[in-house]
Amino acid sequence: MNPRIMGAVAARVLNQLRHDHRTLAMLLVLPMLLMSLLWWMFDNAGPGFDRFGPALLALFPFIIMFLVTSVTTLRERSSGTLERLLAMPTGKVDFLGGYAIAFGVVAAVQSALAVALCVWVLDLDLVGPAWMLAVVAVVDALLGTALGLFVSAFARTEFQAVQFMPAIVIPQILLCGLFVPREQLPRVLEVISDVLPLSYAVDAMNSVAQTTSDKFGAVDPAVWNDLAVVAAFVVGSLVLGAATLRRRTA
Amino acid sequence: MVVDVRDLNINRGGTQAVRDVSFSIAPGEVTGLLGPSGCGKTTLMRAIVGVQIVASGSVTVLGLPAGHAKLRDRVGYVTQAPSVYDDLTVSENLKFFARVLGVSSEEVGRCVDAVDLSEQQDRVVRALSGGQQSRVALAVALLGQPRLLVLDEPTVGLDPVLRRDLWAMFHRLAEGGAAVFVSSHVMDEAERCDRLLLMRDGMLLADDSPSALLERTGASNVENAFLELVEHGSVR
Repeated sequence: MNPRIMGAVAARVLNQLRHDHRTLAMLLVLPMLLMSLLWWMFDNAGPGFDRFGPALLALFPFIIMFLVTSVTTLRERSSGTLERLLAMPTGKVDFLGGYAIAFGVVAAVQSALAVALCVWVLDLDLVGPAWMLAVVAVVDALLGTALGLFVSAFARTEFQAVQFMPAIVIPQILLCGLFVPREQLPRVLEVISDVLPLSYAVDAMNSVAQTTSDKFGAVDPAVWNDLAVVAAFVVGSLVLGAATLRRRTA
Repeated sequence: MVVDVRDLNINRGGTQAVRDVSFSIAPGEVTGLLGPSGCGKTTLMRAIVGVQIVASGSVTVLGLPAGHAKLRDRVGYVTQAPSVYDDLTVSENLKFFARVLGVSSEEVGRCVDAVDLSEQQDRVVRALSGGQQSRVALAVALLGQPRLLVLDEPTVGLDPVLRRDLWAMFHRLAEGGAAVFVSSHVMDEAERCDRLLLMRDGMLLADDSPSALLERTGASNVENAFLELVEHGSVR
């Protein structure tokens, strides 16, 4: 691991985003527009926004970062820049870490904006601390980044990479407790739901929104547990992703 | 010797892309690898850079096995596709790769000048012509003054004046002590090399200086020498 190279990769990824105004604007504004849409939907329908809002704050960074990362990494693989970097003194960890840092920064800004909008403008009913919603959202975004890095190894074209979204992301959305509470799912699906990372991300968001405690930062310890599970998935996917980066190919 | 290839065999896509190839590359020389498209030039170059899985044989670079961690900042490699970030400017690309290699930022200016892109350095690579894009890739390969430069068809599609200038630069780099290994499918570039490797169907037909090759085959130019070797077998 080389901090100089990891920093260079992170700075370069952010620099590329800076050149791409449209993507940058969409990354930052789209989650806020979608949360506003949700708020508007439940305008006359009682506590729906409070019920679905936290889960969607977990979903958006996950989905968006998954898509952005799988396409960017695939581009890096197919343009030959990945091969060039790996022929230089770049370690696999430097490459993956650089991406994780860059997209982590973007996710932090994105989540801070979306959380601020929900809590202070749209009046999301929140029992726990607001900053913890943003922390959970950043870890979710890292999960999206890590899974995106991993699946990009199995796509040859950007067209294929985008198809991994319905394959990897939508089942997790269906089973994460958003539509049917997880404990009411058929037993087999409940077990599957228990091993999918997004379930823990959504649980963490809901716990922050609905509970408080006298422990560290007024956060229920269950939230830290859920977050630790999601973080373990992030590390696991990054390790799997590293295994797909090859210096030598046939 | 900077590069030493012994009995190299490489399989790619179910065919033998490189067959029993042995040769070496000396410092201070421009060595040309010439042959038609699809003859295995790129595969052979990838093996020297150490990004190609080989079936058998050995590739040694500066006394180490090709692709060794210690070689990663001593070998500059330019692929046929530009392999730079087309959404960044020329100097942003160079600065990024300079940081990865840990070389000073003065190197960036030197390398941009060397490929004659100073005027374009603040332009986004995507907006440049194909020839300019491949020069950006070349500038990246020059960073840190590598001991070995492996250049895969660096002059394709370039203006003749620029092509002449680039070849002059290759010779300057070689005079500075580097080994320069350049591939081309254009036979008339052969005469600009100090040494020539002619390749066809994964095999080396000849390994000689251009003048010795012409003398040995009795041909008037390298194109005819190539035909002579194909039709009448190797005369080594």
